[in-house]
Amino acid sequence: MTLMAAVLLLLGFFIGLGFFGPQGGFFGLVIALTIWLVLMLISLSQGDAILLAASKAKPVTHDVHPQLFNVVEEMKIAAGLPAMPKIYIINDPAPNAFATGRNPQTASVAVTAGLLGRLNRDELQGVIAHEISHILHRDILFVTLAGIMLGSIVLLSHIFLRGMFYSSMTGSRRRYSAGGAGGGQAQLIMLIVAIAAAILAPLMAYLLYFALSRRREYLADAGAARLTRYPEGLASALEKIASDKSPQLTTVNKITAPMYIVNPFKKKRQRKLSDLTSTHPPISERVKILRNMTGGASFKDYSDSYSEVTHTKTVIPPTALTKEDVALREASAQIKKKERLEKQFRQVGDIMRRVNGFVFLTCVCGLKLKIPPNFKANKVRCPRCHKTLPLSA
Amino acid sequence: MPALIVVAVIVVLLIISVIGVYNALIRLRNQVDNSWSQIDVQLKRRHDLIPNLVETAKGYMKHERETFEAITNARSQAMGAKTVSEASKAEGALGETLSRFMLVVENYPDLKANQNFLAVQEELTSTENKISFARQSYNDQVLFFNNKIQMFPSNIVANMFNFGKRDFFELESAAEREVPKVSFS
Repeated sequence: MTLMAAVLLLLGFFIGLGFFGPQGGFFGLVIALTIWLVLMLISLSQGDAILLAASKAKPVTHDVHPQLFNVVEEMKIAAGLPAMPKIYIINDPAPNAFATGRNPQTASVAVTAGLLGRLNRDELQGVIAHEISHILHRDILFVTLAGIMLGSIVLLSHIFLRGMFYSSMTGSRRRYSAGGAGGGQAQLIMLIVAIAAAILAPLMAYLLYFALSRRREYLADAGAARLTRYPEGLASALEKIASDKSPQLTTVNKITAPMYIVNPFKKKRQRKLSDLTSTHPPISERVKILRNMTGGASFKDYSDSYSEVTHTKTVIPPTALTKEDVALREASAQIKKKERLEKQFRQVGDIMRRVNGFVFLTCVCGLKLKIPPNFKANKVRCPRCHKTLPLSA
Repeated sequence: MPALIVVAVIVVLLIISVIGVYNALIRLRNQVDNSWSQIDVQLKRRHDLIPNLVETAKGYMKHERETFEAITNARSQAMGAKTVSEASKAEGALGETLSRFMLVVENYPDLKANQNFLAVQEELTSTENKISFARQSYNDQVLFFNNKIQMFPSNIVANMFNFGKRDFFELESAAEREVPKVSFS
């Protein structure tokens, strides 16, 4: 984060030097800061409402999906959040979930219908715990700020390079010729440095941004393990999500991508190695780390497991690594039946219909009629027993 | 004269730091109380759910009078508990009775297919989980608070204003200590 800010400020400084002469460094700084501030104000004032609307998320209450609501409330209690996050469902078969909200008081959690259809209770709990950890660590604010900084850097260098291109096309001489011959040469060097900075800074910013995003993912995984005391839940959820064949989410953009539990952009091939240009660590590695946590569920245990699996230094900030005794819990018994999964899918379909204003009617012959909201007549005929049923409301 | 100023500054600094520590202790104590009330809310909710559960299951389980009686007794004992340690014991016993009941339920497939029962079951599972998560967070807070009032220098302020240690909320039986699990489906 601080590194990205440094990149932004340095870029502004060099562009200022190159563009406006030796005194222009400060002016460049001011421009860089202004761009950053304006972008930040826009995105912070727009808030998560736009994001949720863009992903076509529908709010749900306890009545619509008691289990989802309960699981979120459980995690809210475990994390000690000051308020219950708002819950949304996205009607999309790709299993995924994300959290938004600048602070823990006004957070929201959204899950896709595909996720609800596939996971059992423990796995759902793991995924929700991951999202609640994002909220608890204020990752949404963190990643948004970093994203804006990235945007500012890209924008600034783009403007500069374009400006250079056009001014050289028209052959216009700029103010810096006033400095005299010696000054002009120094100016030329400055200009070259500025161009180099404008080309390199966005690349560096991208790499820093992705590294930051991946680190926050690991941290949220560690938080999820600590909240649930059951890393296996999240591990098997991640595995299920990774093996899913449905097409990628229809409503994602690059800015919100780090907030999802797994990268919403599907790649042609699953890369095994840690990838420098990805917002998320490889799922196989995340699963391995979680499964390797045999001693306990604290941040320290996760960090140890991380070092063992990846053979690198830990990504967990040292302040979280206090020694604490956090015992793992056992799995709750789960029935693994195919039939059950199909039923679960059908139920999720019904939930989506209820969210979208469908009316449910059970005929005396036992057939369940699902009536769309644009059905205008006040009577409906049962397709099985041909009885006419009244439609109230 | 300069010595007087130095003494005055030291006294003022001391008073400020005492106020700071005192406020921190109050905040921690309130957090502990708040987490305790979270457990309390969930325990009450479990008490409220039990009649519902018994009512739904009764029609299907004609020959399990003893099980129902055990649940009802455990519930009234838990509701009558006064102190934290008493409550831990009674609630632990109630949790155990409930998980035994859920094992018995496995023998009644009709009951397990009943929509109302499934709904009560989901609520009960979730309440059990909420109890254990609330307990988890309460114990974390208590540990933090107890450490604070025992460690130097905050222990001086704690003694001055009579901050007492808090009890952990442990469930009594060995089986329940691992995890209060009523797990179905």
